[in-house]
Amino acid sequence: MVVAPIQTIGLHKSFGDLHVLKGIDLVVQKGEVVCVIGPSGSGKSTLLRSINLLEWPSEGQVLIDGINIVDPDANLDKIRTRIGMVFQQFNLFPHMTVLGNVMVAQVRVLDRPKEEARQIALNMLERVGLSDKVEQHPSQLSGGQQQRVAIARALAMNPEMMLFDEPTSALDPELVGEVLAVMRDLANEGMTMMVVTHEMAFAREVADRVIFMDDGQIIEQGPPDKVIGNPDSPRTRTFLARVLDPTHIDSATPETADFSIDLSSGQFRLGPTHR
Amino acid sequence: MALSDIRPTVRRRISWGISLGVALILVIAVAWFAVMNWDVLGRQFFNGEVAAKLFPDAITVCLRNTLLYTIICFVIGTFFAMVLALMKMSRGPLRWFAIAFIEVFRGLPAMLTIFAFAFMVPMVFQYRWPIGGIFGGLIGLVCVTAAYNAEVIRSGLEAVPRGQREAARSLGMSIMTTNLIIILPQGLRIVIPPLTNEFVMLLKDTALLFIAGASIGMRELTTFGRDGLTTYSNGTPMIVAGVLYLIVTIPLTYLVGRLEKRMAVKK
Ligand SMILES: Nc1ncnc2c1ncn2[C@@H]1O[C@H](COP(=O)(O)OP(=O)(O)OP(=O)(O)O)[C@@H](O)[C@H]1O
Ligand SMILES: [Mg+2]
Repeated sequence: MVVAPIQTIGLHKSFGDLHVLKGIDLVVQKGEVVCVIGPSGSGKSTLLRSINLLEWPSEGQVLIDGINIVDPDANLDKIRTRIGMVFQQFNLFPHMTVLGNVMVAQVRVLDRPKEEARQIALNMLERVGLSDKVEQHPSQLSGGQQQRVAIARALAMNPEMMLFDEPTSALDPELVGEVLAVMRDLANEGMTMMVVTHEMAFAREVADRVIFMDDGQIIEQGPPDKVIGNPDSPRTRTFLARVLDPTHIDSATPETADFSIDLSSGQFRLGPTHR
Repeated sequence: MALSDIRPTVRRRISWGISLGVALILVIAVAWFAVMNWDVLGRQFFNGEVAAKLFPDAITVCLRNTLLYTIICFVIGTFFAMVLALMKMSRGPLRWFAIAFIEVFRGLPAMLTIFAFAFMVPMVFQYRWPIGGIFGGLIGLVCVTAAYNAEVIRSGLEAVPRGQREAARSLGMSIMTTNLIIILPQGLRIVIPPLTNEFVMLLKDTALLFIAGASIGMRELTTFGRDGLTTYSNGTPMIVAGVLYLIVTIPLTYLVGRLEKRMAVKK
């Protein structure tokens, strides 16, 4: 039997009294691209962050390549090198150059010789189209460029799987495309990916499976055409109606300012208007 | 009510009153200067003959020692401050040790700490410090510096966004590596101005080492001034010491201001 790269069993997470994840059972197969959608506060980030234990589960197991990493004996640092993570706010290291950002963990964690790490970093930066920015500092780059550096930084560790937490939500609309393009390439190369996103067009095109989460539970999952195109659950439908047609005001949910419209590209995006 | 809320005529009257008051104080000060005993002041505190005997030792030994002690205490103290700051931010028993250490040494007057290390420790443990009481005094000052700087550094470390630690950890970095190459460099950069300020304070606090006493070659400026005071029955050595402090502290304070301004611009 082939072991799944990512599996969670009965995953629960509470912050104090707030029960955020209510028993998540999930399997992601090798090479699969899974997009996670759902309303704000439904626990998407928490789920993703539980998979590399940035959040410690209150209950349940997280299996990476079949190994339960919640076990205190697991070598967490080593396991994390196999799981690349990309954050909404990029989280590049501002005191290092672009090249330094992509090299540092290779040298410090994987013990690669500097020269080798440098070559790999340059390759990764070329792959995301940033060969001309290697000596810059993150603050000198646009949001889209920063996010691509963040992707290169994660890829330089040769991860077996990648987690993306709303990688384009902090970007100006015109910069979203360049990041999604990199992710699309990655998916086509067979990377195992879990992507929390509000980009429905991207999910439809790239995902092998879409998971709809609400209130800490997986409500519905399946092929994108099914879940996004013709969902079974009324909750999914309500959510999609709000995302895909933000002018529609649902009287039961007054907080409709949850999304913004990008008029130039005609796309709808969930999440507050870009600050 | 702000001054600007008051009617113009009233405001003019108020500012007249203030000017008048200031002028009056100036007149009194001048009169006082005139009747002051300049002769005694000159002989007892600005005595050229006495001053001449103080040099070059005042600079080559005592100012040098003051700077040396300051730098030693600052470097060692700041090193421990980083450790304490990280301990205080961690979970578990180390955190409580750090809290206790910081509270005790910030809460005690520095002079008592110096006294305790210089005299109490040798008595209790029947142990003589290698180069005399001042050695213990310096250890005390290191503890005080560590405690103060730990709080400064902690504020800097806490100002580093949470995402930095998360990004580092998600790349597989250990807690130690994360702290050393991601968090500390960023946190320390933020607190360079306040740390420089602590350096100036420490420079002045080395004066408290006088309570530990010191052999001739080990004296710092205040011990030197105080010894001179008794030797010559004259206050000039104290004045000389004071001037030498100012020669160092004023440029340093100016530097702090410059650093703060530069940091503000960067933000
Ligand atoms: N560290 C934390 N401490 C306390 N509560 C938290 C913490 N992290 C998340 N939460 C809460 O858990 C709930 C789920 O948060 P989560 O970030 O997983 O939602 P999400 O689905 O990613 O939402 P969004 O689309 O807004 O990113 C929210 O109510 C949030 O306030
Ligand atoms: Mg989220």
